[in-house]
Amino acid sequence: MTRLAVNPTRMELRRLKARLKTAERGHKLLKDKSDEMVRRFLSYVKENKRLREETETDLAEAMKSFTLAKAVMSRTELAETLCMPARKASVETSMENVMGVEVPVVQIAFDGAASGADALPYALFSAASDLDTAIEKINELMEKLLRLAQVEKTCNMLAEEIEKNRRRVNALEYVMIPQLTETIKYIVMKLDENERGSIVRLMKVKSMMQSEDV
Amino acid sequence: MKETGKIAVLGDGDSVEIFKAAGADVFTADNEMNALHTLKKLVNEKYAIVFVTENIAVMLEKQIEQLKTQPYPVVIPIPSANGTNGFGMAGISRDVEKAVGVDIFK
Repeated sequence: MTRLAVNPTRMELRRLKARLKTAERGHKLLKDKSDEMVRRFLSYVKENKRLREETETDLAEAMKSFTLAKAVMSRTELAETLCMPARKASVETSMENVMGVEVPVVQIAFDGAASGADALPYALFSAASDLDTAIEKINELMEKLLRLAQVEKTCNMLAEEIEKNRRRVNALEYVMIPQLTETIKYIVMKLDENERGSIVRLMKVKSMMQSEDV
Repeated sequence: MKETGKIAVLGDGDSVEIFKAAGADVFTADNEMNALHTLKKLVNEKYAIVFVTENIAVMLEKQIEQLKTQPYPVVIPIPSANGTNGFGMAGISRDVEKAVGVDIFK
């Protein structure tokens, strides 16, 4: 490892020791953070996977029913039935802090009826029954889809943060800390060497003075 | 600081029109340029949630990847009428790989 370019003085030594202490403390904290983030991430990602598996099959089914309805109805009829939705979906969005990462929280809000014949935006006899099934299914699915959206986004952001954090931990562990220890060692050795040099010099002077006296 | 957001669905064909009944705004695109343009528009119009069918999502992979780092909008791939092509699941695997180093759900 390369050592830092500093003067081997006592002051520099003191400064570096303080820095090393901070770096080690930071490293420990970041490592703990990383562990906890991975733990949370895993629970989120399990839920993500479960939700996705559930919604994917259901959604495909709903779309299939819709395609069937499309086959028996004319284009204009279909457009007519769908042009005035019975309800408007919107989401209430806010933020949540998960391990220092700001993740979205969404809550669905409908105005209009949620189920039954009121949820269908057309008269019952004017559309194919497959369309009813499709719409019922999609209405049921909406909440789950939003939950999926929230969880999946949380996973995305946590994964990103975990990766960043790991880089920080590695930079501290494999670059900063070795560099600092190396430099501290170098300064200590240099100082010791100077001290030995001065002792030897003193001894030499003393012996010279003694031999002059005799 | 609760805000109200809108839901959009970006799909390849008529099959996403079903989402109209659920109260979402539906957009369709048939090629990459179109899809890209629509996605940009949706981001600008501050839609909170954008569901993209997988066959479109494949074309927009780069843009979707970029949007992953910010909380909103939430862009989520969903299967199209022809079923899933595995794009959504691949996204989960990629996240796991990023976070843990290996895909532990394989």
